[in-house]
Amino acid sequence: MVNALSRKGVNLSIKELDSDIARFRDISISIGAIRQDTWHEPMGPTPFPTLSTLRNWDHALLKRYKPFYLPFCDLCCLCTYGKCDLTGQKRGACGITMAAQQSRIVLLTACIGAATHTGHARELLTSLIDRFGSDLPINVGDVGVEVEAPITRLVCGIRPQTLGDLEPVLDYCENQITQLLSVTHTGQEGSNIDFESKVFHAGMIDHVGMEVADIAQISALGFPKAEPESPLADLGLGTVDVKKPVILVIGHNVTPSAGIIDYLRAEGIQSEVEVTGICCTALDITRYSSRAKVIGPISWQLRYIRSGVPDVIVIDEQCVRTDTLLEAAKVRSPLIATSEKNCLGLPDRTDDTVDDIVRGFVEESIPGALILDPEKVGEVAVRTARLIAPKRKKQGADISKEELGRLAKKCTQCMLCRRACPNDLPLAQAIKAAAGGHLSLLDELYDDCVGCGRCESACTQKLPVHSLIIAAADQKTRTESYCIRTGRGPIQDTEIRKVGGPIVLGEIPGIVAFVGCANYPKGSREVAEMCREFAKRRYIVCTSGCSAMSAGMHRDEYGRTVYEQFSGAFEAGGIVNVGSCVSNAHIAGAAIKIASIFAKRPLRGNYEEIADYVYNRVGAVGVAWGAMSQKAAAIAAGFWRLGIPVVVGPHGTKYRRMLLGRSDKTEDWYVYDARSGGKVYAGPVPEHLFFAAETKEDAMVMVAKLTMRPNDTSKGRANKLANYIDLHKRLVGGIPPDVHLFVRSPADIPLTMKDDVTLYLKDHDWKEQPIPDPTLLPRLIHKKRV
Amino acid sequence: MPLNESWQTAEIPGPKKASLIIKPDIADAMIRRAKRPIMIVGHGIVEYDVEGLKLIDYLIEFATKAHIPVVVTASTNREFLNRGFTPAALMPAVDIGNRLTDPGWKGFDGKDAYDLAIFVGLPYYMEWTILSGLKHFAPNLKTMTLDCVYQPNASWSFPNSTIKDWVVNLKGIVDGLGD
Ligand code: SF4
Ligand code: SF4
Ligand code: SF4
Repeated sequence: MVNALSRKGVNLSIKELDSDIARFRDISISIGAIRQDTWHEPMGPTPFPTLSTLRNWDHALLKRYKPFYLPFCDLCCLCTYGKCDLTGQKRGACGITMAAQQSRIVLLTACIGAATHTGHARELLTSLIDRFGSDLPINVGDVGVEVEAPITRLVCGIRPQTLGDLEPVLDYCENQITQLLSVTHTGQEGSNIDFESKVFHAGMIDHVGMEVADIAQISALGFPKAEPESPLADLGLGTVDVKKPVILVIGHNVTPSAGIIDYLRAEGIQSEVEVTGICCTALDITRYSSRAKVIGPISWQLRYIRSGVPDVIVIDEQCVRTDTLLEAAKVRSPLIATSEKNCLGLPDRTDDTVDDIVRGFVEESIPGALILDPEKVGEVAVRTARLIAPKRKKQGADISKEELGRLAKKCTQCMLCRRACPNDLPLAQAIKAAAGGHLSLLDELYDDCVGCGRCESACTQKLPVHSLIIAAADQKTRTESYCIRTGRGPIQDTEIRKVGGPIVLGEIPGIVAFVGCANYPKGSREVAEMCREFAKRRYIVCTSGCSAMSAGMHRDEYGRTVYEQFSGAFEAGGIVNVGSCVSNAHIAGAAIKIASIFAKRPLRGNYEEIADYVYNRVGAVGVAWGAMSQKAAAIAAGFWRLGIPVVVGPHGTKYRRMLLGRSDKTEDWYVYDARSGGKVYAGPVPEHLFFAAETKEDAMVMVAKLTMRPNDTSKGRANKLANYIDLHKRLVGGIPPDVHLFVRSPADIPLTMKDDVTLYLKDHDWKEQPIPDPTLLPRLIHKKRV
Repeated sequence: MPLNESWQTAEIPGPKKASLIIKPDIADAMIRRAKRPIMIVGHGIVEYDVEGLKLIDYLIEFATKAHIPVVVTASTNREFLNRGFTPAALMPAVDIGNRLTDPGWKGFDGKDAYDLAIFVGLPYYMEWTILSGLKHFAPNLKTMTLDCVYQPNASWSFPNSTIKDWVVNLKGIVDGLGD
């Protein structure tokens, strides 16, 4: 049974459905104001799935990839029965085990992520419908995109054609998130595996929410529509003309920033004001106007505000530092909050006149204001910036070198800064050297610092430790000058048709998507290096969010960023920036489209079959090297349910659990051979579903390994193995010790490595294995199909 | 510096905290008592210089004397190979951590479950989380860390120490193992 999701009360009721794959009775789906259904594909078995609809699929995956829990705390403190001590196999007062408690927190995290994207989608959609009307057609690609919303079509079984059609999709998401959140109440779910299944559900809902948000804004705001060669935008503070008034936008919801661009356009003064951004709002504003500039990922917030360059700061939602008002006040930049979700205690000035608000800012009688009207935000921000820029003179809170030496002498070497630093950076040592006039140690920390400011809060001498690093690094931030390809949005159906075959057969070794936040263990350069390496090896490389910025923040020996070096097409050796966080939906969408467009598997409400296809055939891997947020957790969960593994950096272990396969347990790796109906050993591919790597090298070798799929042809497997073995030899040393697990027949062995590998196989009791037509779903066995 | 406070200040687990290895004999006794010890070595060990010697050289001496198989978690493998030492296994940190929670896993040689896992050289917070996984889900396994910082989730850990004190401790352990 599917829950009633009535918005305007249009029901799709299926009394009895007999298809060749399943039989259903009495499905009643209320999907709101969906227009006359013109999609002729028959409805699949699972439209609008609820919490337990896809449970069997989840459990099949979780049987292979058992959770390895890494509790972040010995206790549970979620209700007043507690705190409960869960050490030593003890249960809480509600009867919960440590395993279930950990999975419960993972679910909570995924719900926060899914709620955040869906809330963002709702706010965006409502404002776009207000402005453009609910009949505005969805158009995410003028040429080559017929499947405009692959995730929505797959999950919900509907084909949205207008903005208004997206509303019931969000109704469904909101309904499911509420149900999922309720599962975390004391005394609800008791099984960790069922919690995990619900985590997957939250992830899938998250992907629907992200897709809605991005296709709505692409359609309404004229973002690049699946354009491989979308324009390049400037990246880095070094690209900003600091002689002009400068506005900084931070967050994820582009609406108020678009209001700024609209005002500048309307006044014809676009070239007179610099609009700069941090986080995904920055990415999305460059999709709206490629004159806008991206400063950098979330970790650039403190250093950029303190530089004094931004004259006005406009914040919206998500990943905005909550002390932005304090930081803005230090450099006398007024702050405009624009989202109900993030009011920062500021007075609501939405109904005041622009003149009044601007006067307040210019006279410095108010440090900031809440303005819940994007159009007004645009006018206030621009007019204020132009008036106060000459007064402020870009006065920052930077520290001079002389000041640095004087401050460093105050350090007592208590080590509290280092102990507060997430990356355990040797701060005290560096500050001691700086007190003696040697700045190189501090300077070296610049790249590895994630800009969190925890060192400063911890310092007993109240030293501005983070600013000391920036000062020692000679204000490097000010000269950073790179470029980024603006987010292109979806992958074209025509591109999918071209690469579908080579991907499924393994001739393109894989799709590697660098996504997520900037909580990197060793700086953003590692993301750029990984992107470059995989693109050179002819993988399809996708980027999004903060990772897309990090990818662009380094140059090769010829001075090129990856976006200048490689094409933006979804092809072997392309670097495809899809856009902001919500654009991650297009990466999942591309995998789904390979199954539906290239392989012609039914898409409509047919989640399991499509996921089974992706899992067994599409060698895609996500890398969230600096994953930090709850949204990143939800995004990952959406990929897991589709059978796409995700690799995170070492900080990712703090998500509290991994999903790891056991390559040594042969019994775990049997699949059905759809041709014969028999069960066949297919090898540990992909070996893990959620894996935290310790180092960049570790991650690269693992990514190459995780692109292998049971369906690889011998030619494809040889190609994937060649990359895996070569990366292992180069980065770890020697042939990978598990290579025998991935060779199914002599034809799988890469030609250039034949001698080495053959010798290795002989030593490891290797036996030839058949290559199946793989599936985990018995109903997909051909001969049993009715 | 407080001896048994988490090195990263906020990484506080709860009621169950590691006992301190105050003297090398304690570690030696634990290692002697273990029937099936294993050592898991992360990439951090090449970053430490200990009085002119790299930490990795101490560890090789330590593992050889104590006959403890070494699992190398990352690209550090090359450093071992360069020194003519072949680790017993190469395996990512979370993967070996996961296997250690399986009471049915008979180890790399297929003989029996390990009863002592000695960790060193992983990033502090990653070692912290993996040790927490073992603390809660590998009840039959004891864990020990050889880093110079306190790891509350191990069964035994060194205190937060200066490099100098740490070297004395490490040398003491190696010497205590005899030849
Ligand atoms: S939710 Fe359960 S384990 Fe947590 S504090 Fe309440 S009773 Fe204890
Ligand atoms: S701001 Fe940088 S140096 Fe300071 S604690 Fe954060 S990461 Fe460490
Ligand atoms: S916390 Fe402050 S006083 Fe202590 S070592 Fe760090 S900079 Fe020095």
